[in-house]
Amino acid sequence: MSEDLQGTEPESGPGDDDAGTAPAGPLRVVLVDDHRLFRAGVRAEIGDRVDVVGEAGDVDEAIRVVRETRPDVVLLDVHLPGGDGRAVLDACAESLPDVRFLALSVSDAADDVIDVVRGGARGYVTKTISGDDLVDAVRRVSEGDAVFSPRLAGFVLDAFAGAELVDDGEDVLDALSPREREVMRLIARGYTYREVARDLVLSVRTVESHVSSVLRKLQLSNRHELAKWAKAHRVV
Amino acid sequence: MDHGTSEPRRATRVRRGRLLGGVCAGLAEHLGWSVGAVRALFLVTALMGGFGIALYAAYWAWLPMSDGGEVPVREGGRDLAGVLGLGALAIGVLLVVNGGSIGSWLTPLVLAGVGVAVLWRQSDDSRRSALLAGVGASARATTATAVRRDGLRIALGLSLVVLGMLAALASRGDVLASLRALAAALLALVGLAIVLLPFMLGWWRDLATERRARIRSEERAEVAAQVHDSVLQTLTLIQRSASDPDEVLRLARTEERALRRWLYTPVGDPGSTFVAALEEMVGEVEASYACTVELVHVGDVPRDDRVDALVAAAREATVNAAKHAGGAVSVYAECTDGTAEVFVRDRGQGFDPVAVPDDRLGLRESVVARMARVGGSAAVRSAPGEGTEVALALPASIGTRSST
Repeated sequence: MSEDLQGTEPESGPGDDDAGTAPAGPLRVVLVDDHRLFRAGVRAEIGDRVDVVGEAGDVDEAIRVVRETRPDVVLLDVHLPGGDGRAVLDACAESLPDVRFLALSVSDAADDVIDVVRGGARGYVTKTISGDDLVDAVRRVSEGDAVFSPRLAGFVLDAFAGAELVDDGEDVLDALSPREREVMRLIARGYTYREVARDLVLSVRTVESHVSSVLRKLQLSNRHELAKWAKAHRVV
Repeated sequence: MDHGTSEPRRATRVRRGRLLGGVCAGLAEHLGWSVGAVRALFLVTALMGGFGIALYAAYWAWLPMSDGGEVPVREGGRDLAGVLGLGALAIGVLLVVNGGSIGSWLTPLVLAGVGVAVLWRQSDDSRRSALLAGVGASARATTATAVRRDGLRIALGLSLVVLGMLAALASRGDVLASLRALAAALLALVGLAIVLLPFMLGWWRDLATERRARIRSEERAEVAAQVHDSVLQTLTLIQRSASDPDEVLRLARTEERALRRWLYTPVGDPGSTFVAALEEMVGEVEASYACTVELVHVGDVPRDDRVDALVAAAREATVNAAKHAGGAVSVYAECTDGTAEVFVRDRGQGFDPVAVPDDRLGLRESVVARMARVGGSAAVRSAPGEGTEVALALPASIGTRSST
């Protein structure tokens, strides 16, 4: 059942072993999902490698728990009773800049996922992800990197489809650079960051910075195609 | 009067060979007479104090328009139109009997009558055009023109009616006085509308509420049916085969896929595109080989023979990955600028492409040969310990573009 998420490598790749980023204790994580069974499952699977400091089942509870515990990473379900994951992000993301959010969902609806990412989530993984991959994704997000599952990469490519490519040096929010597009395509094909790096002859750190840049474009772009596309493509 | 209740039920107006409303042509077809004779009859009776005109108007209002063999069903509104037509007919008879003031009365009446006829036909034709528009792909454009045409008709009908009223009033005095009378009448109408408005709004709201409730209950019934057909059935199956984890996994995956398709796929897209075909393929491979296939896709193209060949090659590659590598298989499909590409990646042990085992070579050949036949390409990339990726590409061609 493992989703081929990037970064399954247990040993650190070249460039992602910055000494300063590893915190002393295990990462502190809050689980937000309206299904108690799912939270219990995640806790059982990753509880020995991260410190699950809180759980929440709806928007209000989530906001309260996140504010109280100030975790490193919040695993946030896209769909929640009382306002969806976006509401939690809107309430917490700005006031708590150190708390990172990773969206977790079974949803196939691209606009829901894009909405949460635009709300400030650092990535999106599907709930079929394996425990190892999830721990790795949590670690990446806590370090400020972006976590793209193949599905999110597909959403992004779709969202920016039709946009003119820009030069690598240029910083245009409404379009991807050829490199960023290449990276997205490889991730969509199921490549890990490490495999992407090898394929494109780059360092893993460079791949990560490309992915972060794509995430930023996704979050900041006011490309009106993006909104239009999200409306039109209920399916991806 | 009697002829109105039985005969016209089956008689229709026709589009083919019509001069005005298709009444004469339709009646001629219905009675087996020549069109000329029917027309002559109407003309002669029209000269008899306008009787023929009134009769024609009545038929126009009454008879449904037929487009071919099929006769539209009479509906409730139709009956009202019939009554109206009969009213016009009665007035016509009255005029003939009254004789004297025909000249001054006829013009306004005819004008108003034609206006009413146009309005009445309009309600019917717009319904038909809406139906027709729903079929074609250019639904929006068709509807837009239909709306424009309908608006024109309403304006035409209304102006004719008003003109008729004006003429009727003018026939008795000067134009200014008639305008004043018209204004008074309009004022009265506005007053009436103000009085009736709350009731009308109430009705309208009730109607809307009822319609919403009906839509909701229909949706609920559809969801219930879907849940019953799929989820409940599958849960039963899972309980029965609880001891077989592979089987349970397979059932759960199949069900998940079906439910997702139902939830997220827009209606009216039954397997007619590249992505839909891929989704179907992935579902079948998952069901047959008890593995997980993650499908990610960007863009889509309509299906044709070449696209089907690409899907078939992708199926070979996916089956190959499922059989030999197991675990999770990633399938990525992308359609940009008409080029369709599929990447099938597994995380098995991989192999040395130079020293390929025979069975894998066979599969490879079938994939490669299949792609070559439709002008595409296939490449296999693998190394021991690194899994395998099959890349298929189908470039755009004149065939792909025009065959839709």
